[in-house]
Amino acid sequence: MIYFAKRNLKEIIRDPLTVLFGLGFPVVILLLLTAIQSNIPVSMFELSHLTPGIAVFGLSFMTLFSATLISRDRETAFLQRLFTTPLTAADFILGYTLPILPLSVLQCVITFIVAIILGLKITIGILYCTVFIIPVSIFYIALGLLCGSLLSVKQTGGICGALLTNLSAWFSGIWFDINLIGGVFKKIANALPFIHAVELERAVLKGELLSALPHLIIVLIYATAILCLAVFSFLRKMKQA
Amino acid sequence: MESIKTLKLTKKYKDTIAVDRLDLTVKRGELFALLGINGAGKTTTIKMLCGLTRPTDGDALILGKSVLSEMVEIKRLIGVSPQETAVALGLTVKENLELICGINKMPLEKATELCNTFGLNGVFGKKAGKLSGGFQRRLSIAMSLINEPEILFLDEPTLGLDVIARSELWDTIRSLKGKVTVILTTHYMEEAEALSDRIGIMKSGRLLTIGTADELKQKAEAEKFEDAFVKIVKGDIS
Repeated sequence: MIYFAKRNLKEIIRDPLTVLFGLGFPVVILLLLTAIQSNIPVSMFELSHLTPGIAVFGLSFMTLFSATLISRDRETAFLQRLFTTPLTAADFILGYTLPILPLSVLQCVITFIVAIILGLKITIGILYCTVFIIPVSIFYIALGLLCGSLLSVKQTGGICGALLTNLSAWFSGIWFDINLIGGVFKKIANALPFIHAVELERAVLKGELLSALPHLIIVLIYATAILCLAVFSFLRKMKQA
Repeated sequence: MESIKTLKLTKKYKDTIAVDRLDLTVKRGELFALLGINGAGKTTTIKMLCGLTRPTDGDALILGKSVLSEMVEIKRLIGVSPQETAVALGLTVKENLELICGINKMPLEKATELCNTFGLNGVFGKKAGKLSGGFQRRLSIAMSLINEPEILFLDEPTLGLDVIARSELWDTIRSLKGKVTVILTTHYMEEAEALSDRIGIMKSGRLLTIGTADELKQKAEAEKFEDAFVKIVKGDIS
């Protein structure tokens, strides 16, 4: 499994777009919004409020990476070759998931380093954020596994690249307060995991671990459910190769 | 000794029968070609034999082991080079070979050894995605030999290659004769005739006939193998 995981890591980091979007995009947004904030102060864009949101939003790119990798492997018949080797279903799932996990944490760390440079106060909360980003990352990576198992490379670009990033942006409360809209929109947002992932990070940054717990539970439920669905879909594809 | 024995092997997809009660025996060390037009059931047969899809009915024994119940053991005995190019395009030739070494728990020196055998030394450090179609196929076959398989499945190995690349790949396949049992699927008559010890002709999921190229020509009373194939597939023989 370790060889397979290494291969996946190499494939991801050798794609310059991955590095550009995965690690650079969240930093660019952070810089841009902080510049706006310095001219027109908005509480929403204060670093302590904005940074956790950006760290979570950046993970939607991880979904795109994992989904693209799997769907490309399927389309080039590389996966078919691997299905005829002694690799087990668990090897495949871990092999696709594990290499993206450190990338997700790295993305979070870079986002916070930039935020510190821009003036975010150094607290123990930042460490909590990098720890609690792991369950959130698992949710996003599992979503990628699911999409990669079901969709073609082209569809993956559309679904993960456009739809998911939009869902993640609109229903996460990163860019605007969901309470300002309220109604059905708020209900939908609260039913989805994105806002809870952001609130989890915001709470742990403040050191409020207890108030983070309900959000963590929702994220974990979604992560587990999506991971199970992803494993089921992947196994079905293995049988239908 | 038999390498492969299929027992009424069948695969159905909803209303379509892709492979219909196939009974086939391949001897150890033999280079056996499955020949047929598109949709004959060649690839589905290969997929069932190497565990990529489960038979709907019947069974197949690979070195005495059942594809229904002993696939884990079978996977250690076979090598597969799928129809489409199945290499990691972002990895170098060396990394592709070492990846399969690692997965099969084989020493990494095996990668260098196969590079020598398959004339891949000149492109050892080149990314697979940058290789020509011929080199990608050669790499694909080299990868399928990493685990020193007793049976090698080559599904349409020269499909889409130019004449030179095809001829070079034929030499490579010939060099394997006698060392491993090779099951080759193709729809190129000349390929089947030039490479195989025996040929099985399939149509609509059924095995129409089996024999050496000369035997099939004799049976169809044709001088050219291509004519024999056409007669057999059209059912114009007694």
